Order: sequence, then C-alpha cells, then structure tokens
Amino acid sequence: MSTEKTKKRSMAAEIWQRLLRNKMAMLGLAILAILALLAIFADVIADYDTMVVAQNIPERLQGPSAAHWFGTDEFGRDIFARIIHGGRVSLVVGLISVSVSLLAGGSLGAFAGFYGGRVDNVIMRVMDIFLAVPSILLAITIVAALGTNLVNVMLAIGVSGIPTFARIVRAAVMGVKDQEFVESARAIGETNTAIIFREILPNCMAPIIVQSTLSVASAILSTASLSFIGLGVQPPDPEWGAMLSSGRNFLRDAMHITLFPGLAIVVTILALNLLGDGLRDALDPRLKQ
Amino acid sequence: MHKYVMKRLLMLIPVILGVSFLVFFIMSLAPGDTARMILGDDAPIEAVEALREELGLNDPVMVRYAHYMLDLLHGDLGTSYKSSRPVFSEIAARFPATFRLSFWGMMFAVVLSIPIGIISATRQYSIADSVSMVLALLGVATPNFWLGLMLIIAFSLNLRWFPSGGAEGWKSLVLPVITLGTGCMANITRTTRSSMLEVIRQDYIRTAKAKGVSHRKVINKHALKNALIPVVTVIGLQFGALLGGAVLTEAVFAWPGLGTYLVNSIKAKDTPAVLGCVIIFSICFSIVNLCVDLLYAYIDPRIKSKYK
Repeated sequence: MSTEKTKKRSMAAEIWQRLLRNKMAMLGLAILAILALLAIFADVIADYDTMVVAQNIPERLQGPSAAHWFGTDEFGRDIFARIIHGGRVSLVVGLISVSVSLLAGGSLGAFAGFYGGRVDNVIMRVMDIFLAVPSILLAITIVAALGTNLVNVMLAIGVSGIPTFARIVRAAVMGVKDQEFVESARAIGETNTAIIFREILPNCMAPIIVQSTLSVASAILSTASLSFIGLGVQPPDPEWGAMLSSGRNFLRDAMHITLFPGLAIVVTILALNLLGDGLRDALDPRLKQ
Repeated sequence: MHKYVMKRLLMLIPVILGVSFLVFFIMSLAPGDTARMILGDDAPIEAVEALREELGLNDPVMVRYAHYMLDLLHGDLGTSYKSSRPVFSEIAARFPATFRLSFWGMMFAVVLSIPIGIISATRQYSIADSVSMVLALLGVATPNFWLGLMLIIAFSLNLRWFPSGGAEGWKSLVLPVITLGTGCMANITRTTRSSMLEVIRQDYIRTAKAKGVSHRKVINKHALKNALIPVVTVIGLQFGALLGGAVLTEAVFAWPGLGTYLVNSIKAKDTPAVLGCVIIFSICFSIVNLCVDLLYAYIDPRIKSKYK
C-alpha cells in the first residue's frame, strides 16, 4: 500500500516537475491564479451594489484614470470593478458547465468504452448526432428553448460539451480496460461499476485533465458569445460578453468599454490554453524518455 | 470508391434525422403557449384553442416531429410566426450571404495558415516560428466578435478603409472575413506546424534529401501530402466553429445572413425559424464532414484502396 502511495506521489511529482520546466504553462498558471484570487476577493476589492450595478450617470463614459483604472461605462459604472465581478461569473460558469460535461459525457464514454458492443454503438451514435450540431449552435438552441438565465447558460454549455468528453473518455477506457489490473479486480469480484470508477477511470486521468482545462476556456468563450448576442447573462449583472455588447454603441467615443472586457477574455483563454498545452506535454508518456 | 461515397451518403440520412429530432425536441421544451404568443394576450380563448389545433400543438411531440419531417421532405420548414412567410424561402434568401461569408472565411484561413505552418515547422525556433506561434496562440484566444469590433474601430471608424456593416460590394466582405477566419487560421496553423514537424523527421524525408531532391520539392511533395490528414481533419472540425462564428460575426457586422436571422428569430421566439436555421446549419456541417472524409481518400491512397 505504502509503495503504491509512494509510486503515485512520485508520478504526480514527476508530472509537476515537468510542468514546472514549461515556462509558458507556468505563465498560464500564474495568470489563472491571479484571476482566481481577483474573483474570490471581488467583493473586497469592489462592492457589488455600489460599484458594479449602481448607476452613476455624472461619471458616465470616462476614460481610464487613477480613480477608474479602466474608465467607466455608459451608466458611469467602474469597468475594472465590473470586469473583476464578471471574471467570477465566467470562472463559475466555466467550471460548472465543464463539470456537467465531464460527469455526463465521462460516464457515458466510460460505459461505452467498457461494455463495447451494443451499448457502445447506441451511446456513440447518439453522441454523433450531438456532434453534428456545432456546439455553440446547440447551446444557442438550448438557451433559446429554456430561456435566458445563468443556470440555463451553464446547462446549455455543459450539454454541448458532453459528446467531446464521451469520445475522449471512451478512447481512454478502451486503451486501459484489457490491462491486468482490471482483470485482477474482476477476479476478486468487484462490480463493473466499481471497476470503471475505481480502477479504470483513475488510470485515464491524463486526457481528461487536459480536455477539462481546454474545455473551461471554450466554456468561458461560449458564455461570452451567448451574452454578446443577448442570450446569456442579463444586464445589469456584469459579464464580459454582455459588457462588450453594451459597448458597441460607443465604439467611436468610448472604445475602452469594449477594449478591456475583450482583453480580459483573451488573457483568460490564453492562460487556460497555455496551461492545457503544458499539461498535455507533461502528461504525455512519449516525453517521459 | 463509389461504394465508399454511397455508404457515407447513406450514413448522412440517420444523422440528419437524429439532428432534426434533437433540435425539434429541445425546441419543444420551450415553456409558454405558442398559439397565445402568436395571437397576443387579448385574443379569445377559442381562437387560441383553434390555432393550437391548426398548428398541431395538441399532438404529442413525436407526432409533431413526424409531420415536420414529412413537410421537410417536401422542402417545407413551416411558416415563420413573425413574418408569416415560409421559413424555407426566408432561409433561402439569406443562405447565399452566409455561404459567401463562410466560404471566404475558410479560404482566408486555409490560404494563410498552411504556408505559415510549413514555414514555422521548417524553420523551427526561428524568429518567424516564434512570431507566428505567438500570433496563433492569440488568434485561438481572441473571441471573433471582439476582434470584429476592434477591426471596426481601426479600419472603419478611424482609417475609413472599409464599411462597418452591411453586405454591399467586396469592401464590406473584408472585415467580416478576417473576423471569421482568424480563429480557424490560428488553429490550422498550429496543426500544420505540429503535423509537419512530425513528418519532416521521418526516414523517407531523410532519404529524399540524401537522394538530392531539392528542399522545396521535399517539403511540398514528400512532406506536405503526408502531413495533410490531421490538417484536413482540423479544417473539417473548424468548419463547425466557423458556422457558429458566422452567427456572431453577422451580429457584429449586421450581415444579412442566416446568423442574423437566427438571432432575431430567437429574440422574437419564432420557433419554426430557429428550428429551420439550426437544422440547415447542421446539415451543412454534416455535408462538410462528408466532404472531409472523401478528401481523406483522395489524400491517402491507403484509405482509397480499402474501398476499391
């Protein structure tokens, strides 16, 4: 038992060491850590009721200054404060919707890969149908049907990510399910569900971790896209895509309203992609040599 | 090969049936009374009930779907609640604009990304490689609707080179095409580079070089063709993103295509129009995936030989 623990720890330490050597991945991780801290302490940095949603018309459309680092919007609200609170929305939506995709898609993919045959065929053909609808269009359709609110946005983005996880987990499970440790688990009488979730899935974590990181990026992008066309977070709540959309009417005179929320999206997606790429390299067994 | 094409064409039928059912089912989850929405809050209850019966809204979802599919086979996608015109003719009127935008967006992406990817791979770790990879990373991370707004600020409002919206003449196509194509370009560039890097380290490339074949010929003839399969896969996958991106790009540039129609229809709760748009987008995506599969056979003789 202790040998196994040591081995597990040493593998994790080895992966962490490899990640540490990747400067770009570390840059991504550092940016994400800062964004997460800003999101966690958003209420301490800027009060939601007075700075984020309350209108302050005398100070509308001001450019960046010492008082308002990123300027103010058309209602005089501080853009920096709204970006920080918007970051909280983006990160929460990203994490929850990817959890939905991971739980549903991962379970379906695991069952398809483990049982094979008819179960695999039925699950994967249904996934093929989901994949035939471009994911953002599927999310748009779900939100259009269920109504525009944050829960439906998370559900829509989560559902549209299910087939990607199903495919990835299925492929990973198929590569592991015939190995000896699975046979030995079966020999000592473990149930199929226990074998899948306790034996197989922990050995398929590499592609799942990488895909989860990259999927958080696309979920944040999808949230911003939905909000941009008016189907996501509704005003006056702050969300980066919604902020961009409201700034469209002031492109000529107050481009900072559009510039900063867009930069926030770019930086976040870039950081997640850098970390995702770094994790892929660190977890890739071919690089172990 | 004909057998393969036929098989793939036949496989398109269950996909289209499945997609249409999926979208139909999701749209049927919409809360509220459609008949009441069309007639308004003041309409008498008898009129609402009569319209419900006329539209078949009292039938179970499977029966409604069967009717919808039968109508679809005759080219009938229903009638728009908003304009009272056939959805098919509304979509047909807007489809060419979206096709033009998507086609040129993909052309822009492919024509630029493949040469950039090749140069990056053949000059790995050079300044050109670093610059193009940083730009590709930024391209992947930039939301196309934000890029579109930034392009409007720079090239339309300040420099006045291109219009900020509409679809009049080639000038109006430039900014939307760059907006739509940049994300795809970045993804294809990254894939071309990594695929080329794998191929140019193979023994047969070394052999070709040892035989004295020119560098250009080695890259263009020996390496590129073998590196193309993952690139074509990504192009196919990117087409889905491109169609989704077209909805947002059209919203930015007031482009009179299917995307704008879809967004307006969602806002007006025009279910037949939304359903029609998503089904048409999905059929286009499925057809592109079919073309990609056929292209594999053209690029890789091993795939072709399986179906001879």
